[in-house]
Amino acid sequence: MGADFVQFSLTPILIGTFAAIACALPGNFLILRRQALIGDAISHVVLPGIVVAFLVTGTVAAVPMLIGAAGAAIVAVVLIEAVRRLGRIEPGAAMGVVFTTMFAAGVLILERTDTSSVHLDVEHALMGNLETLVWFRAEGWASLLDPVALASLPEELPRMAIVCALILGLMLLFWRWLKIATFDEGFAEAVGIPAGAVGFGLVIVAAIAAVAAFDAVGSIIVIAMFICPPAAARLMTNQLEAQVAWSVVFAALSAVLGYVFAGYGPLWFGAQNAVSAAGMIATVSGVVLGLACLYGPHRHRVGEGRAPAP
Amino acid sequence: MAPLLDALLLQAGYNAALVAVGAALLGFAAGASGTFLFLRKRALVSDAVAHATLPGIALAFIVMVAMGGDGRSLVGLLAGSAITAWIGLLAIEAIVRHTRLAEDTAIGAVLGVFFGLGVVLLTVVQVMGSGRQAGLEGFLLGSTAGMLFQDAVIIALGGAVAVGLTWVFRRPMLLVAFDADYAAATGHDLRRIDLAMMGLVLAVTVIGLKLVGLILIVALLIIPPVTARFWTDRAMSMIWISGAMGALSGYLGAALSASAPALPTGPIIVLVAAGLFTASLLVAPGRGVLATLIRHRRFQHRVHRRQGLLALAAHHPIREGYTLRLLAREGLVRADGVATETGRAQAAKIARDERRWQVAREIHQDAGLTGRYDGLTPIEQVFTADEIAEFDRRLGPPKAVGAT
Repeated sequence: MGADFVQFSLTPILIGTFAAIACALPGNFLILRRQALIGDAISHVVLPGIVVAFLVTGTVAAVPMLIGAAGAAIVAVVLIEAVRRLGRIEPGAAMGVVFTTMFAAGVLILERTDTSSVHLDVEHALMGNLETLVWFRAEGWASLLDPVALASLPEELPRMAIVCALILGLMLLFWRWLKIATFDEGFAEAVGIPAGAVGFGLVIVAAIAAVAAFDAVGSIIVIAMFICPPAAARLMTNQLEAQVAWSVVFAALSAVLGYVFAGYGPLWFGAQNAVSAAGMIATVSGVVLGLACLYGPHRHRVGEGRAPAP
Repeated sequence: MAPLLDALLLQAGYNAALVAVGAALLGFAAGASGTFLFLRKRALVSDAVAHATLPGIALAFIVMVAMGGDGRSLVGLLAGSAITAWIGLLAIEAIVRHTRLAEDTAIGAVLGVFFGLGVVLLTVVQVMGSGRQAGLEGFLLGSTAGMLFQDAVIIALGGAVAVGLTWVFRRPMLLVAFDADYAAATGHDLRRIDLAMMGLVLAVTVIGLKLVGLILIVALLIIPPVTARFWTDRAMSMIWISGAMGALSGYLGAALSASAPALPTGPIIVLVAAGLFTASLLVAPGRGVLATLIRHRRFQHRVHRRQGLLALAAHHPIREGYTLRLLAREGLVRADGVATETGRAQAAKIARDERRWQVAREIHQDAGLTGRYDGLTPIEQVFTADEIAEFDRRLGPPKAVGAT
């Protein structure tokens, strides 16, 4: 836990944790609204978004990429809705049509474009590069107080922290609306809450979380973190407040444990090289969900729809 | 154009022809078996199944290398992928059955976690495969470059088996897709039929891995059935139309990708399928956007024409622009809105039929006949000439229009 840790592990762990929490927060509401797969769709359409952004600007700078990806997410949501209404197709299939098509278009454009000079490929988009986000200038814990060293922090860290704080702030601000609109849309409309706008806003926030996290950690974490921590939390409690708190704990736990296992796990087995941190974080979140499914105090269905006793 | 034509006629070389035929077979199998998935409203389960193949591929490679093999045998890799995909499928089923979580949550969780695990194992393979290129990344997006005859045979055989099984299980699967409760009540084992359906999807996914890749194979299972739905209301023909759409996408896509460099096969096939879907969405008869639009315009036309004529009969002025233009175009009113000779005759007929309907509804208690009164159906279509003569007798002799 010395200088090496601060230099090589501290920033990736923090970035991974912020990314996980930023995705898990909107994920709570997505799973309660039966929209869990919106996260899946968004994380696929991010690819065409960044590819188009790259084509337009010619650079891999962060801001145009984020705008491109957010734009693609909005286009996808609008298209899904259009296909669903115009073609009278059930939402799952409409989603499947739209996001696979957009992803295919993204891959095609990427293959047709000369990206040899920049680091932009499908694998990177899927797996992220969490391991490379190290803090070169750090010399130990003391660097945390050293403004010169702090200035050279990987830029993903402050960005992810800001996005995470933004999402947390929005959630607290609109908490009552979100809660009511999620559980009883009709009642929400009746008491004057714009339930439709709340739903759309939630998808936009999810897209922002996905896009920001994707930039740092790849789209696998995004899909897993939207769903696994909130789903595990759902099995722990019947209170929405407690569920959100549990999901944050699970997300942070998955990120930290996942990174540690990926970085140090292979060494314990005598292997030389680390494995993918993003993949390991997703795996750990799956283990957490699996344990919650087996032992969570509120894992069973109650009331109508409950499975008959064996 | 020449290279494309060559590719379409299977003249663009041995490998290209192999890929085109393989893609067409795969497309047919995927389209046909995807139909049930779509009708059962579980299209996205296939996405989880596809992503869950990744750890299996990597594990199979590791196991085969550990046993002293080369690790690149397609059959071995596909067998491995089928095993983890099946585990993923059972995991979804278990989560939905035993916990309170909804199916979409289970799908997303399995998809993310299995894919994450697969990526972890891929990094393990990359390290241990030092010196030899494992090429497992090719399964992500498919790679047709070095396809062997043997691989094409596997795809063809697998596709044929999948289509055969679709045919054998079509009745129970349709029953479950349309009315699961009825199927359960008549003694069908819902769980086993669902698993069989998913097993079929899994088979298609696994044989499509090499060609289209695990991220995009789901498109071949979803897009053709959705496209076919526009063209028919019969489930049986939907299976075949969907299969044909899939085969066409596969064949055209593979030919297009062979006709020029840097056109990856998998994405092109998906985009061709998406093109067919968009065209169907727009122009299909019945459910298409264009047909709906035309139907709406016709309806609007009839309503406005009738309201306009009723207004003429009652000597009410018509102020609505669309109605006026409509009647003027048919020569029923003059430009200043006054009825012409034909206009008055038509208006009188409409008004008379309206009165006939009133009588009809008084004397006929049969809702099956009078229930068809919607203001637009001509009375001659519902009642016989004798009946209408009877209505006229009750109405009394004709009076001048508007002189009630």
